[in-house]
Amino acid sequence: MTDTPASKPGQTEVWITGIGLATSLGEGLDANWAALQEKRINVDEKGFAPHIVHPLMPVALDSQIPKKGDQRQMEAWQRIGTYAAGLALDSAGIKGNKDILSKIDMVVAAGGGERDLNVDSGVLTAEAKGANAPGFLNERLMSDLRPTLFLAQLSNLLAGNIAIVHGLGGTSRTFMGEEVAGVDAARIALARIASGESDIALVGGSHNGERKDLLVLYEFGDFNLKDKFAPVWARKDHAGFALGSAGAFLVLESKAHAEARGAKPFAKLSSVVADLAKRKRPGDMAATLEKLWAKLPKRDGKGAIITGATGAEPATSEERGFLKSHADFPVRSTGTVFGHAMETQFPLGIALAALSISRGALFPPNDSTGTEIEMQGAPTQIVVVGAGHWRGEGMALVEAV
Amino acid sequence: MTAPRDKLGRPVVVVTGMGIMTSLGAGKADNWAKLVAGESGIRTITRFPIDGLKTTMAGTVDFVSVDPFSSTALSERMAELVTQEALAQAGIGAKADFPGPLFLAVAPVEVEWPQRRELGRAVGQQDITYDDLLRISGGGRYSAYHHRFMFGSVAAYLAETFGTKGSPISLSTACASGATSIQLGVEAIRRGETDAALCVATDGTVNPEALVRFSLLSALSTQNDPPQAASRPFSKNRDGFVMAEGAGALVLESYEAATARGAKILGVIAGCGELTDSFHRTRSSPDGKPIIGCMNKTLADAGMTPDQIDHINAHGTSTPENDKMEFNTTSAVFGELAQKIPVTSNKSMVGHTISAAGAVEAIFSLLTLEHQRIPPTINYETPDPTILFNVVGNKARDARVTAVMSNSFGFGGQNASLILTREPA
Repeated sequence: MTDTPASKPGQTEVWITGIGLATSLGEGLDANWAALQEKRINVDEKGFAPHIVHPLMPVALDSQIPKKGDQRQMEAWQRIGTYAAGLALDSAGIKGNKDILSKIDMVVAAGGGERDLNVDSGVLTAEAKGANAPGFLNERLMSDLRPTLFLAQLSNLLAGNIAIVHGLGGTSRTFMGEEVAGVDAARIALARIASGESDIALVGGSHNGERKDLLVLYEFGDFNLKDKFAPVWARKDHAGFALGSAGAFLVLESKAHAEARGAKPFAKLSSVVADLAKRKRPGDMAATLEKLWAKLPKRDGKGAIITGATGAEPATSEERGFLKSHADFPVRSTGTVFGHAMETQFPLGIALAALSISRGALFPPNDSTGTEIEMQGAPTQIVVVGAGHWRGEGMALVEAV
Repeated sequence: MTAPRDKLGRPVVVVTGMGIMTSLGAGKADNWAKLVAGESGIRTITRFPIDGLKTTMAGTVDFVSVDPFSSTALSERMAELVTQEALAQAGIGAKADFPGPLFLAVAPVEVEWPQRRELGRAVGQQDITYDDLLRISGGGRYSAYHHRFMFGSVAAYLAETFGTKGSPISLSTACASGATSIQLGVEAIRRGETDAALCVATDGTVNPEALVRFSLLSALSTQNDPPQAASRPFSKNRDGFVMAEGAGALVLESYEAATARGAKILGVIAGCGELTDSFHRTRSSPDGKPIIGCMNKTLADAGMTPDQIDHINAHGTSTPENDKMEFNTTSAVFGELAQKIPVTSNKSMVGHTISAAGAVEAIFSLLTLEHQRIPPTINYETPDPTILFNVVGNKARDARVTAVMSNSFGFGGQNASLILTREPA
C-alpha cells in the first residue's frame, strides 16, 4: 500500500492555507457554509429528467477569468475549475504574487472529454438516414468540430488554463481516474511538501455534472440517480448518484513557508492514504476502508467523518458497513448536498473538513435515515473518506493546527 | 552495505527492466535493430477509412489485436505487453506481485465512435439526440462500456494483473506524460516510500477523431506520400508531427535494493525536472524561459553541468515551432555545446507516440547508453539552416555516451526533462 506517512522524522507539517469552492450551493466559503447551515440542496430534477443533477450556481466568471478569450477557449468543466482555483489563490492571499506563483506546484484531478452534442447527434442522425460513404465521419468531423474544442477536452488543459489565467509557473501534473484521482492528487502533493520536494501546491479538481454525454457513460453501468432525489443514505433501494457540478481547490503549504509569509491555516493536512480494493467479493471494499482507517495517525481528538459516498451500489452499502463500526464518529455526506462531482469529490471533502475545523463546528446533518447525527462542540480531527463508485479508495486526516 | 546516495543525499534510482513497443515492432531487440538501421514505422493508415482526411499516415501498431477494438483497449494491451517484457528482464517480485506502485501515463479516455455508432443504431430511428442515446444506455446491455471508458480502467487492470501496490496513478501531462510517469516513480523511491516502482506509458489513440483534432490545430504533417518521409525533425521542410502508437515500461528501483537482490542495472535516472509554461495553450513562451528553466532544473536535480551531457534525445516533433524552439532553448542552456553534442529525434522513425513518448524515448536513450550507438534522425536531407544542432542525420553513429538528456514538451505548457546515465555518478 502506498501512503503518505503522517509524521516521519524530518517531515514538515503541511497546512491548508487556501480554499476555493464553486458549487451548486454557491461560490466562496461563506455562501457554501451558509447553505450547509440552512440544509439547502440545489437539485435539478427536470432539465435532465429522469436524471437528477446538482447544477452549478452561476458565477461571475469575469471576476476570476477576466479575458473573454480565455473563457471561450474552455468548456464548462474547465471554467468551473479555473474559477475555483482563482478563489483558492485569493483565499491563500497569493493571487498575483509572482514570486510564489512562479514556483507553485499544481496537482490537478481531472476528467475531460466534454463533447459537442450537436456534432455527435448530427453524425448519428445522418448515418441513420443512410450516409454511409467511407469518409463520411472524417468529413463531418473535419468540418463540424471547432478547432479549439480539443483543448477544452484534454484532461491536462484544466491545469493548463489555470496556469495561463492565474499565471502559475511551477510544475503541473494532472491525475485521471475518477474519484481516486482526487485522493492521489492530495496524497502526492502532501508527500512532496512533507518531504521538502515542494513548499506550496495548488491541489483540486472540477467537474461539470450537467452533461448528457457523461450521463450516457454512467448510464451504461446504471449508476445515475433517477426520478426522485433522496439523501445518499436513503438510496439503498433506489441506488445511484446525482452528478454534481463543482470546483474545489486547496492551497497546501509547508508550515515554515506559510509562517514566513504570515499566512494563517484553516487546518493541517496530516495524512492521505489510498488503495485499490479488488471488489470481487462482498466485504472487499469495506476491508480496504478498515485498512486505510488503521493507517491514519492516531485519532484521540474530537473526531468526525466527511465522506464522498456516491449512493451507487454496492459501494455505498459497503461503506455504510464500515461507518457502522465507527458509529461514534458523526458522519456527513457531501454527495447528498453537492451531488457527485467525481474527481472533485475528495478535494471538496478536504475543503469542507478544513472549513469545519476553522469555523469550530461540523455542519449539520442532512439525512433522513439517522446515519448522520448531530455533533456538539468543535471538531479537531476530521477523516475524509473517498471511495469510488467503481474503483479506488482513499482517506485523509485533517486536523486543527 | 552503504546505500549509494546521489549528490543531494537521496537514494540513487536505477532501471532494472524495460519493455517497449512502437510501430517498428515489439520488444527491445526488434525496436533497437530497426531504429539503428534507420527504418520508419510510419505507414498509410489502414485501420479506418482515410477519405476526407488531410493526414492519412501514422505510426500505428497494427500487429496487436484487441476485440472489441477501442483505442483504450489497444493502449491497455500494449501496456500489458511492455510490462511483461520489463518484468521478465527485471526478474523482480513474483507473478502478479510487483513490490511497488504503478504510475501510468495514458491518453485521456472517452467513449469512442464505434461504440457511439452502436448506440445510434440501437436507437432505431432516424433523428437521434443524446436523450435518445441516454434512454437506451442503461439496463446492463452496455455495462462493459462503463468499465472500458473509465479513466482509471487501464491502470486498474494493470494493477490487478501485475499486483502493484497501493493506488495506481493514471496521469496526463500531454506529450510529456511518459516522462512524468518516470518522474513520479523516481520521487517515490527518493522519498523512501518504496524500493521499486513500475512506470508505464501507453498510447493507442490513432483513431479518426484524434487525427482530426490534431489536424484542425494544424499540428500534423500532411506530407503523406511517401509516409516514411513525413516525419523530418530539424529539416527545413518539416511541416508537422506524425501521430503514432506505442508503449514503454520501466522498472525503477533504488540502487540499494537492486544490488541487494543482484539485479542487473540497465541505467540510472540521474535527474528529472519539469516547469510549466503559462504563455499559451499550444505554443511555447517566445522567450523559451520555461523550457530553459526545465532543462536547468533537470541538470541541477542530477547535480550535473551541461558539459557532462554527451547526447540529447530531443523532443524533436518535426513541427516548425517545436524544433526551432528546442534548438534555441538548448543553446541558451548549453551555449556552444548545443552545436557539438550529438542530437537525435526518434520521432523521425517511430512518429510521436504522444502520451507514451517520454517513456519510449527514455528507453531508447538507455539503449543508446547500453550500445554506445546513437540512432539516426532519418529524413534529414535538407537541414534547417537556423537549427545548428549536431544532428545524427540518417545514419546511426557510434559514440561514447555517458549521460543523455531526454526532453518532452506538451500542450498545456507541459515541459519535462530526464537525464539518464549508465552508472551512478
